[in-house]
Amino acid sequence: MGITFRQETFRDDFSFANSPEHIRRFPFPFHEDSYMYAVNIEPHVAGPKGSVLEHPIDVDEHYVSEMQDRALVLAEDPLRCQSLPHMTLAGWDLLELLMTAKAESYPEHFSLTRDGDRWHWVNRPLGIDDRFTFGDVATLPYGPMEYITRQSQGDFCLLDQRDGNLWMDAGIVTTQADWSLDFDIGMNFFEWHAPVPLAHEKGIFTRALKFLLNVQQGRPARRLNWTMTINPRLDTSPENYHKWGPDRTTVTPENVGHKVHLRVELQSFWRLPRSNGLVFPIRCYLISMDELVTSRKWARRLHRVIRDLPDEIAAYKGLTRYRATLIEWLSAHDDGAPTSPGFGPD
Amino acid sequence: MSTGTTKLDVVVADIVTVNDMVKRFHFRRRDGGLLPTFSGGAHVVVEMQDGDTPRLNPYSLMSSPLDTREYTISVRRDDAGRGGSLFLHQRVEPGQAMVISYPVNLFSLDLRAKKHLMLAGGIGITPFLAQTAQLSAEGGAFELHYSVRTAALASYGGELQSRYGRRVSLYHDDRGEQIPLDRLLAAQPLGTHLYICGPSGMIDWVRGRAAALGWPAEAVHYEHFSAPQPGLPFTVTLAASGKTIRVGEQQSLLEAMEQAGVDPPYLCRGGVCGQCETDVVSCEGTFLHNDHWLSEDEHRAGRKIMPCVSRFEGNSLVLDR
Amino acid sequence: MPPQSIISRPVYGMLSPQPGREHLFVADAQGAEAILDMAAAAPDGFFAGAQIVYIPRDADPSLAERLKALSPAMFYEGPSVAAAMPRLRQTLATARMGLRVYLAGTEGLIGQAMQAALEAGIDHSSIQTEHRGSLARRVQCVHCKGITEDVTTQPVTCAHCGLLLFVRDHYSRRIAAFQGVCINAEDPSEIPPAEEAFR
Repeated sequence: MGITFRQETFRDDFSFANSPEHIRRFPFPFHEDSYMYAVNIEPHVAGPKGSVLEHPIDVDEHYVSEMQDRALVLAEDPLRCQSLPHMTLAGWDLLELLMTAKAESYPEHFSLTRDGDRWHWVNRPLGIDDRFTFGDVATLPYGPMEYITRQSQGDFCLLDQRDGNLWMDAGIVTTQADWSLDFDIGMNFFEWHAPVPLAHEKGIFTRALKFLLNVQQGRPARRLNWTMTINPRLDTSPENYHKWGPDRTTVTPENVGHKVHLRVELQSFWRLPRSNGLVFPIRCYLISMDELVTSRKWARRLHRVIRDLPDEIAAYKGLTRYRATLIEWLSAHDDGAPTSPGFGPD
Repeated sequence: MSTGTTKLDVVVADIVTVNDMVKRFHFRRRDGGLLPTFSGGAHVVVEMQDGDTPRLNPYSLMSSPLDTREYTISVRRDDAGRGGSLFLHQRVEPGQAMVISYPVNLFSLDLRAKKHLMLAGGIGITPFLAQTAQLSAEGGAFELHYSVRTAALASYGGELQSRYGRRVSLYHDDRGEQIPLDRLLAAQPLGTHLYICGPSGMIDWVRGRAAALGWPAEAVHYEHFSAPQPGLPFTVTLAASGKTIRVGEQQSLLEAMEQAGVDPPYLCRGGVCGQCETDVVSCEGTFLHNDHWLSEDEHRAGRKIMPCVSRFEGNSLVLDR
Repeated sequence: MPPQSIISRPVYGMLSPQPGREHLFVADAQGAEAILDMAAAAPDGFFAGAQIVYIPRDADPSLAERLKALSPAMFYEGPSVAAAMPRLRQTLATARMGLRVYLAGTEGLIGQAMQAALEAGIDHSSIQTEHRGSLARRVQCVHCKGITEDVTTQPVTCAHCGLLLFVRDHYSRRIAAFQGVCINAEDPSEIPPAEEAFR
């Protein structure tokens, strides 16, 4: 039995919602009642059945609708998908990674047949059935990175490794938490993270880079990051900030439950074999406050995290305008009882 | 989380004598499947059990990255070395089961390059065999200059010339031929990247001339694996694991640690990748630093050692392992 | 450079003679003084293999004369950065390894000449830069992608789409511009006064 894909929107009428099973598998990012930046990187190994970590590349009930939203974003702004000329090989690496992972994990939805460099790819949920020559750009309707990431949830950064650093030289970014690929493309690891407060001083990026430079083929790693978004909007890009920014003024005690969303990024890190580059898939999961507080533990913990968050981090994550309203609303779901350690619901 | 590589179970599919000094080894997967894809310049660490002595030596992959049915490496016999190359030459036979690491690339092409200028000396040709195969398939511009002792020892010189024609030039020491380095370095279009693999004297010569002629360091890449050098035996205390071990004459410090069940992470085992860097708790004696990872200041300070290639002479050494 | 700035904000040094076969200088206005200061420390005959592209803007005309007096192999004086770019690109397209690049003057000039050098395949860290003169910024509007030149105020109105932009220290070498992000996106009725910030 396969996944039942929801038909829903991430704009205009915002019909996005999680099914009860998807609420339970939500990757809640706080393992304790407070939050500070850390190099929270761990091996990307298979997690429990049914969790977002069961498969190396997760496909869920929002897949088809997310891909429709991505197509809308790219039609409006093609600069969301860019690749510097030397990154085409890394694009083929990514295509191979995503096709093989999807076909292996979800054979009822995807299949890949390889005969040397003649490949046959079938994506049933999106109605795609293409034969192409691996390595020959002319045999695909888009470049390899764009072709496969129009069929893959999450943003993707393709990084070139050279001179002891990582360079963001290609990517597709349509569901981002407020950073611009068009502006950051070509930057090194420290430069594109430059606007993040506090973490540089704590040496976070130096240690993270050292780790990432040594990620080896066949041994991917992952970490979680989070922010909050008003309405279940995937495209919270700086490009469109003047369009979605006013949403932040619309939060009231009455609408917190369905307007405010916790947004979790599952970032994974993979060595690419032909290009010796890395790919960072950045997968976004959304959950409304109403959905989240169905877990008592998550409700208590999120209240404490948001309440005690340092102001700089709250400002960087764009919470300032509605933080007090949110804390007030969450406090009603926190009886002060202790929470158990770890990520999972009770 | 520590880094390191995954292992591959392989079988020696074929051994080919290339010339008096060099043999080529073909590895296939024991389960008959395809090997992982790799990029030109990558190496694997080959694990050998030489009697009581485990040996783990890095060798560049020389086969085309486009064909992953097998990996090939070429090994030059080193009669004065610690025995890894002799073991491969004399003790390994077709059909033998072996373990190698996943490919790791510490000598990667800079794919931004408008042109790749490659300089090889002797057995240093091996990574360029894979890189030229990769580049020619992608239509990349390259030029390879290959310095050999004699025509008889010019491993793969003929194959390379027949494959790539005028893009490959050979220089024979016994005929008094030398790479016309200054002329080459002055003739390259802006955006060219330079790659050197060969004896350390050659690497130093080319790097020095390139710097003097205005090549920025970012455009100069070199493969500088050192084989661990034999030396006087010494004793080391591993503070964190509470062990005192003896490092034999033909053994590296890293190998001695591994034999004692202490496993620092590694990728290259040649003093380049930095993975096995180890803090010195205390010492009374002299370090013999052979790595290319620590800075000269760090070598002088004596607070860190790279156990894969460096040694120690003196009364006592305590490491944080 | 303000001490509280961020890592992507460019850091400029002081020009110093580099080993190389040829030397290409690009400067505007007071940037000429950086070249002249460096010349005092350069080895004899250094400028015999040098080309100088200079845009005087409103600088003292004697600066151009003093640059000429260094007797470079080629001296070009242009009316604007935009006018000088095609010949700069042509020089870079035909150059060989061993050419060293030196940029001096305003951030706009350094950024745009560096952009051309990067496209020609020169790694940014091998390029010598020295900032002299105005701190006025080139700013890319993240919303409409238009670039506003010579920005001196914080915030600034985008010359293309009219949004009121906060000028960040976040800088892109590829675009040769700082990033401008709408300052009142969440509540357009908030209009902070513009103050001179980049002279």
